[in-house]
Amino acid sequence: MATIFGINLFALSGQLLVGLINGSFYALLSLGLAIIFGLLKIINFAQGAMYMLGAFFAWMALNYMGINYWAALIVVPIAIGIIAILIERFLVRPIANEDHLYSLLLTFGIALVLQGMFTHIYGSSGLPYQIPAELKGGTKLPFMYLPNYRAWIIVSSLIVCGSTWWVIEKTKLGAYLRAGTENPQLMQGFGINVPLITTLTFGFGVALAGFAGVLAAPVYSVSPEMGSNILIVVFAIVVIGGMGSIGGAILTGLLMGVVEGLTKFFYPEASTTVIFLFMVIVLLIKPAGLFGKEA
Amino acid sequence: MKINKLYVFLIALALVAPTVVYPVFLMKVLCFALFACAFNLLLGFVGLLSFGHAVFLGTGGYVTGYLMIETGISPELGVLAGTAAAAVIGAIYGKLAVKREGIYFAMVTLALAQLAFFFYLQAPFTGGEDGLQGVPRGALFGLIDLSDNSAMYYFVLAIFLFGFWLVHRTIHSPFGQILKAIRENEPRAVSLGYNVNDYKWAAFVISSALAGMAGSTKTLVFQLASLTDVHWHMSGEVVLMTLLGGMGTIFGPVVGAGVVVTIQNYMSGGELGNYIHIIMGVIFIVCVLAFRSGIVGEFQKLMKKNFG
Repeated sequence: MATIFGINLFALSGQLLVGLINGSFYALLSLGLAIIFGLLKIINFAQGAMYMLGAFFAWMALNYMGINYWAALIVVPIAIGIIAILIERFLVRPIANEDHLYSLLLTFGIALVLQGMFTHIYGSSGLPYQIPAELKGGTKLPFMYLPNYRAWIIVSSLIVCGSTWWVIEKTKLGAYLRAGTENPQLMQGFGINVPLITTLTFGFGVALAGFAGVLAAPVYSVSPEMGSNILIVVFAIVVIGGMGSIGGAILTGLLMGVVEGLTKFFYPEASTTVIFLFMVIVLLIKPAGLFGKEA
Repeated sequence: MKINKLYVFLIALALVAPTVVYPVFLMKVLCFALFACAFNLLLGFVGLLSFGHAVFLGTGGYVTGYLMIETGISPELGVLAGTAAAAVIGAIYGKLAVKREGIYFAMVTLALAQLAFFFYLQAPFTGGEDGLQGVPRGALFGLIDLSDNSAMYYFVLAIFLFGFWLVHRTIHSPFGQILKAIRENEPRAVSLGYNVNDYKWAAFVISSALAGMAGSTKTLVFQLASLTDVHWHMSGEVVLMTLLGGMGTIFGPVVGAGVVVTIQNYMSGGELGNYIHIIMGVIFIVCVLAFRSGIVGEFQKLMKKNFG
């Protein structure tokens, strides 16, 4: 067995892998939150419920309509994006000019309804979703065994997060987006349809949660509570990273996954709390978050 | 004068209520009403949305429950200890949370509360998933046996009235005026020379102490302290009570707590129990979209329009 300084490398790298996978989900979810917050100043409390919805839609698509995993990976986020666009248009926009806390409460209500509906229909025990045939099996590395599906989660979420970052920070569309957050009136004056951009951004941010849900379906069991549990962790991550920053959301998400994995290896009792402890420390030293700008 | 008559009438009503309505139900309403009043002191009068207030309810409950089981102290001391413990946690959490505003404040309080949730889940004295069961109610001042429900009811009512009075007193004091000034226009309060964060922190400590008192009392009533009270769903529930009743009004949280507890009690037994989260969620959405001043707020508006 490979050991270094008396540490079991197999076990350590195993926990690191689990950490990276959790971190991939954290990154996708907090990236969605960061985009929505950045443009609409809305904390989308329904983000966790949308992640849950993504996993359930993938399961329903397979079992009711025979839509396989690969198609679901595209269709489900689009469907969830459309739902989000409807929510933005008919529920969020009427209160867009009110105190932002109302939108937090509104989306919390939406999350309760969604979670309650799925608990009512499917119970809370959880449903299985098979790993797609193409990604079964794994690769044997010198220090660990890497299941293919887990590698796929990390790679695909990195690609999605990376390209989202690239679009927002480096392209003309992203420039419009960022300008729209700075000065919507001026953008309107230039003939840019800011409400449309706003709606589409909300849809995209939520669709990221749906995408994460489809990715998660084969590794976790699909259950109504899966969203509310991860959401609280993601909020802590958002506080750590600093709300304003897109890159910060991605990096902090991955980093916190790894921190959690390492804690699980060295001191398992603290693994569920370590992120919140981390948050307290960051708040004490840098109240705006690691990548946030001082308001 | 008019308002004093109303108070006298309501207190008289509360005194005779247990002869008509099941006292345990009334005690549950009073405990949650106190919790909601404490919460409303922050949200309604300082404009701070704490999304982690369950931690104070739960801390009060666990400390009181543990002391009652292990040391057999009298219940009034148990409640005092629970309240003090919640105040201490509130003082620490408040220091951290008031550094941030608005949505950030909500998220920081939520995450801090979650830290406490995992502590209570794993700490050896809380009974983990089972909670603390069979908490004795004890004898008040060593004299009055509280295992009798009507004696317990008047004890709970006294605690509630004290808490309600304290909130009332706080918001009608010069200190309360400054809190309202912070809610209305924080930069202006700063420019007037007030150290805004200190005032927010003080309000946070009062609110968390009262929330702890509600939790302590609740533990005595049900002889149980469990993780449900520390779970973030409970933090959401108290927001719902306040929003539904009318935030920033003095009676709103009481009415809201009454309505929510009634709905839950009515539905928990039967087939409808499955729908409880859906109904709570719908109430949230409707309140935010159409009904923002809550029951008491809307009623006051109506009175002003027709009789003012």
